[in-house]
Amino acid sequence: MATVDYPLEKSRRQREFSLSEALYSWVATVDHKRLGLMYMTSAIIFFLIAGVMAMVIRAQLIVPENHVVGPQTFNRLFTMHGTTMVFLVGMPIIAGMSNYLIPLMIGARDMAFPRLNAFGYWIFLFGGILLYFSYLGANGLFGAGSAPDVGWFAYAPLTERAFSRGTSTDYWILGILVSGIGSIVSAINVIATTLSMRCKGMKLSRMPLFVWVMVVDAWMVILALPPLTAGQVMLLFDRYLGANFFNTQAGGSAVLWQHFFWIFGHPEVYILIFPAFATVSEVVPVFSRKPIFGRQAMVGAVVAIGFISFGVWAHHMFAVGMAPISNIFFATASFLVAVPTGVKIFNWLATIWGGKIRFATPMLFCVAFIFQFLIAGLTGVMLAVTPFDWQLTDSYFVVAHFHYTLTGSFLFGVFAAIYYWFPKATGKMLSETIGKWHFWLLVIGFHLTFDPQHILGILGMPRRVYTYAPGRGWEPWNMISSIGAAIQAIAIICFAWNVIRALIKGERAGDDPWDAWTLEWTTTSPPPEYNYETDPEVRSSRPLWDLKHPEDPDWKYE
Amino acid sequence: MASSATQLVETEWKLPDRGTVGIISLILTEISLFSIFVIAYLFYIGKSLTGPFPKDVLEFPVLATICLLSSSGTIVFAEHALKHRKMAMFKMWWAVTIVLGLVFLYETGVEWHDLIYDKHLTIATNVFGSTFYSLVGLHATHVIVGMTFLLIVFIVTMRGFPIHTQIRRVTFLSWYWHFVDAVWVVVFTVVYIVGR
Amino acid sequence: MTRRLAVLTVVCAELVFAGTAGDHPIENIFRPLSTPAHEISDVSFLAVIICAVIFSVVAGLLTYAIIRYRRRPGDSDAEPPQVYGSNQIEAAWTVIPLLIVFVLIMVSARVIASVQNAKPPANALHATVVGHQWWWEFRYPSLGIVTANELHVPLSDTAHPQPTFLKLESVDVAHSFWVPRLNGKTDVIPNRANDMWIDPHEAGDFIGNCAEYCGTQHANMLIHVIVQPKPDFERWVAEQQLPAVEDPSVAADKQAFLSVSCVNCHTVKGTSASGVFGPDLTHLMSRKYLASGVLSNTPENLRAWIKDPQAIKPGCLMPAMHLTDNELDSVVAYLRTLK
Repeated sequence: MATVDYPLEKSRRQREFSLSEALYSWVATVDHKRLGLMYMTSAIIFFLIAGVMAMVIRAQLIVPENHVVGPQTFNRLFTMHGTTMVFLVGMPIIAGMSNYLIPLMIGARDMAFPRLNAFGYWIFLFGGILLYFSYLGANGLFGAGSAPDVGWFAYAPLTERAFSRGTSTDYWILGILVSGIGSIVSAINVIATTLSMRCKGMKLSRMPLFVWVMVVDAWMVILALPPLTAGQVMLLFDRYLGANFFNTQAGGSAVLWQHFFWIFGHPEVYILIFPAFATVSEVVPVFSRKPIFGRQAMVGAVVAIGFISFGVWAHHMFAVGMAPISNIFFATASFLVAVPTGVKIFNWLATIWGGKIRFATPMLFCVAFIFQFLIAGLTGVMLAVTPFDWQLTDSYFVVAHFHYTLTGSFLFGVFAAIYYWFPKATGKMLSETIGKWHFWLLVIGFHLTFDPQHILGILGMPRRVYTYAPGRGWEPWNMISSIGAAIQAIAIICFAWNVIRALIKGERAGDDPWDAWTLEWTTTSPPPEYNYETDPEVRSSRPLWDLKHPEDPDWKYE
Repeated sequence: MASSATQLVETEWKLPDRGTVGIISLILTEISLFSIFVIAYLFYIGKSLTGPFPKDVLEFPVLATICLLSSSGTIVFAEHALKHRKMAMFKMWWAVTIVLGLVFLYETGVEWHDLIYDKHLTIATNVFGSTFYSLVGLHATHVIVGMTFLLIVFIVTMRGFPIHTQIRRVTFLSWYWHFVDAVWVVVFTVVYIVGR
Repeated sequence: MTRRLAVLTVVCAELVFAGTAGDHPIENIFRPLSTPAHEISDVSFLAVIICAVIFSVVAGLLTYAIIRYRRRPGDSDAEPPQVYGSNQIEAAWTVIPLLIVFVLIMVSARVIASVQNAKPPANALHATVVGHQWWWEFRYPSLGIVTANELHVPLSDTAHPQPTFLKLESVDVAHSFWVPRLNGKTDVIPNRANDMWIDPHEAGDFIGNCAEYCGTQHANMLIHVIVQPKPDFERWVAEQQLPAVEDPSVAADKQAFLSVSCVNCHTVKGTSASGVFGPDLTHLMSRKYLASGVLSNTPENLRAWIKDPQAIKPGCLMPAMHLTDNELDSVVAYLRTLK
């Protein structure tokens, strides 16, 4: 192959560095890799902001009747913490990881709709800024404004004009609505890319599990986000046009909001965990030196979870007073979704079994993920036992459960992904030493924070309380929990230090620092703008394994 | 599938067109959106505490329905003409489609004017008003968006753009239009038949 | 003279009531004292055991795997055997969880039906719980009683079963009624009447919380369920059914009370005060707490609360009315006679 001249490249390099040109190239980019990095960076910044909020929440709750913040501020803190983490950290991480990795993994040049991709990013960012603008802009009656304080699921009729004066709730509605458009758009892009742009030979059955999981995720997004949008539009009509969707005085139903919200909200939490599933399914095989155990079962399990997750939503509403038959139905569906989820855990375990495990930082995070996700799933099964849920819903037990799934599983999975793919994206290795500090501090901090919260729920502590009286038996557990939060903060600082240090003086990563098997490791680190010089062609789900082991290729067994 | 070493590569590698996948995904997400408004409408049937009630004020929109549903037919004729490069026929059928859509919107506007000013039903009057205007309004908004694109196609064609090079995109637009019509079938069934 | 009499009355009242209610500030869903709470506790305990077993097995295997199969220094670079899967194993670990799920569905369904389908016996006590931002109104329609924040119910032991059936309503936003030792929580939602029941078989004062975020002071919307043996309960009912105490020694204070804005929101049965926005004050001194469980019902606390509720429960819907010290003294003196 003759070398090709790229005159434009040369001339840009020959010219002096121009800040405006550099900024413009990022602002106007439609390259999936740049957009992916922009999504991830924005998500990390929002994560740090919401994390600080969590620190303040735990500082307020460290002792009873504390005065770190008053009730109004506290209520805004937990609302913004939850809303930010779900919509401005979780969703952009999904978009960022999908957009960065899918074209590389399927041997494509870019996403199916690059300009739509850019639109999705910028509208997500605009929605996030709109939400945060509430701190400055939302001043209403008697100064009743500032950030929203209605909880991240904003139950009606608390959100109606009568009970939420000022405009803070409107910022919640509009910020999320606008950001949600970005999520839907990104998901359509992922589906179109995956179906229409796979390289030659990459039948659906040969797609990396990462891509499978993120495609099912995208399907869930396009079906689950609209109910939230619909509910929010209805709420907006109630607040601005005097409509009566949730106006109980006119015969409206508060429970209807809950149904609409959770029809979105339950699939949403599966949508959030899928990137962690996707990452673990890629990282565990590589660091166990074996293919994923039961590939087809893994695909089937993730599709099953996708479907069943749309039928369990009212398990968030067991205490609402639904008829017994409804409660039984939703309990059944919730138990059933645990079966394919368990299958995934068992398959990861079986992948590790009989392997030759290398405990690099990505693998450490994956192993902790499996332990913690197992616990999260089991507390979820407990909550699916409706009578048990009658006691524990809206208590700190649920707070513990969903932080186990989100912090203990999603966040650990995301850190595994960052440690695994950072070298590919930047060409630099993150430090293993700092990585291990990050990991162990996070494990200790995470468990100290959230394990005691299960006990708090059992002892009757409700959630979303800005303070509590002494003598309820809650003091020691709250104190331990708050200390754990501080340790988690130190862990995150280690992570931030690791990233900054690596960007400045990290060790050079080659094309394939982990000895992995999927297509992205065949190109340079970082990949060139066009990803692949020639269109790849694959014959199995581990094309790089086939190349490295011509005597024992995968396509003989698949 | 375990293939022998001689059968290396599939001879033909065909994947679905990305635009097709894109427009189908968009239609699916819109179906999800409409479903919630339909469910809200059905849920709230009979739950208004005060009037006016559906049977008092609603009349079946015959002309609007005929126009909108026939526009699905005329758009098919237009596409057919375009495929066979009969540009005059295409422009004619396309224009008819637009006119039918405009009649639909006009009739909806007349109905709403009557409901608001004569029958005193607004979105704030009662639960029926809220669900009626939001569901029918959501549909009408989608009609307006569709009309906008239909008009763009018409205008650029009239000004000489070679629209036959964009049959693929015109087809996607027609699918969107069929979708809007199908939603109308659901909406008028729920609002004017079931809900009355 | 009036002051001393008032103090004496309050001291007597405290002595009378202190003996009947042991305080139980520590709740625990696994220390049930009422049939629904027992059934919930039993099925929950079973669920915990099942999950603990599953955890031990899977976590045990995982721990074993990461130790046994770790790469050791000196290991060759050869890759381990590449195992792709096994249909039998997939079937096994799908079927076994399905069986466990079946068991869980059955036990859950049984308790759901048992708790939700319970029919009140003829002698059941019926009370209505009305949720407000941020206090609880309790009404006993058949007894003609309206009170706030402290729900008195009769003891229901095996010899004399008398469950209490509660209707749950809200005047504003969604709340949730949760007293863990007596039952799971049931939401209190406007435009929707929910039901729940309790039959506590131990006397005492049991604490609970509002368990659905309902705004600024959600944290301070406590519930006290005071379970009393039948004779004590009936005595309480009789006292509550009387109109407000007419103590001639505080006649002037009563006039002062009726002339300030308290009457816009509060009711004192038998006087012209008939506001319904705030708690009924007819028998305020029969309650142990003020402000929905936030303050003990002492004269100092009462005075501080009326003077500036916002300092104690910021954001609550009772404004500071900026009474003068004299007005404040009068109002407190009058209220302290309302046993």
